[in-house]
Amino acid sequence: MTAIVDYGVGNLFSLSSSLAAIGEEAAVTRDRGEIAAAERVILPGVGAFADARRKLAETGMDEAVLAAAEGGKPLLGICLGMQLLFERSCEYGEHAGLALLRGEVVGMAGRIPPELPIPHIGWNALDIRRPGGILKYVKSGDCVYFVHSYYAEGCEESLTATAEYGLPLAACVSLGNVHGCQFHPEKSGKVGLSILKAFCELR
Amino acid sequence: MITKRIIPCLDVRDGRVVKGVNFEGLRDVSAPAELARYYSENGADELVFYDITASAEGRRLFADALREVARTIFIPLTVGGGISSMEDFDRVLKCGADKVSVNTGAIRDPELVRAAARRYGDQCVVLSADVKRVDGAFRVFARGGRDDTGLEAISWIKKCVSLGAGEVVVNSIDTDGVKGGFDIEMLSAVCEAVDVPVIASGGAGCAEDFVHLFRKVPRVSAGLAASIFHFGEVEIGALKRTLDENGINVRL
Repeated sequence: MTAIVDYGVGNLFSLSSSLAAIGEEAAVTRDRGEIAAAERVILPGVGAFADARRKLAETGMDEAVLAAAEGGKPLLGICLGMQLLFERSCEYGEHAGLALLRGEVVGMAGRIPPELPIPHIGWNALDIRRPGGILKYVKSGDCVYFVHSYYAEGCEESLTATAEYGLPLAACVSLGNVHGCQFHPEKSGKVGLSILKAFCELR
Repeated sequence: MITKRIIPCLDVRDGRVVKGVNFEGLRDVSAPAELARYYSENGADELVFYDITASAEGRRLFADALREVARTIFIPLTVGGGISSMEDFDRVLKCGADKVSVNTGAIRDPELVRAAARRYGDQCVVLSADVKRVDGAFRVFARGGRDDTGLEAISWIKKCVSLGAGEVVVNSIDTDGVKGGFDIEMLSAVCEAVDVPVIASGGAGCAEDFVHLFRKVPRVSAGLAASIFHFGEVEIGALKRTLDENGINVRL
């Protein structure tokens, strides 16, 4: 069973539907016991970093996620959920993340060419740096759906795929049992479902 | 590299797609989930469902249909039509919409854009603007293009982006339905004015119109159309191949 952490951020309907579509049993939950009992954990998230970080703490879900990660359980952060895995974010001030991965989250404004719209919204091709893991069914050039204005920097240690948007933006990270997708696999058609499937096959 | 998006827009009344056309392999041409699957499998990058229902019962049927779509296909879904309050945002997001487009509701109360962006994030709020030339100036029209609001379009769009709209759909009333191509001049003016992605709507008649759009206004992120897709005049897979052959980056 996969636990989808519900801490009051974002819309979890599509994510749970996409797991159902690949035949994976999933529970949207904020019950620590249920998360502790799950085989793997997904940390979703949309919106602003500071708000999400505060809600994670208020619901005690930060500790539940950290315990799952430290216990060796496969953990997947999606979009803002991936950004929360890093040490800090510079979105509207500096905020501490869960620090499961090395790196920090910075804004695209001023760092990408001015002719590119911000947010980075749409289907962009993955450039795979390290194949396998959650990317085992994916090849370079496959497109996934992104929606974000901030991205992770200094994460070479865990970086497995990038997407070109003026810069090679961190698209996918994996280090041990901790994984992240900056894009939305639950909104990325068949490619996205294959990434969720690969994650659900991790033990 | 980011790809240019192709977005079909489906009008829904009482939970059924209006103007459904008999594509091969479809059992029920008016079922939103069937049409959504058809479009998703044939290359649509995103879908827009526009609820033209007026009654509470119709909205309930729309919600049921939307939930079924969101359970069936896994590409971004935008919902529009009659969105005028935070309750409306909440209602469609709970059913699996990823983005909500506001038009007349934002004209009545621009603070709705700010409140929704704050609660759900900028990426969730799409400003849809119906724009028409009046005495040589771009003006915003409300209620499906019926009422001249007197608002100057570029400043209106900039204002909504500053309030938190994460994307803008520009529908040119001047080119809509004419099938003579997108409104290059109007779209260029909007793209110069805002940093967020701009989606072109109104005027597409053939694949070449999309090629022309993305060539002339490279900053446009997506092209949206309705009847040419529904009536099979332009098939999305073929359209994307044409774009690719013309050097425009698309998801194939």
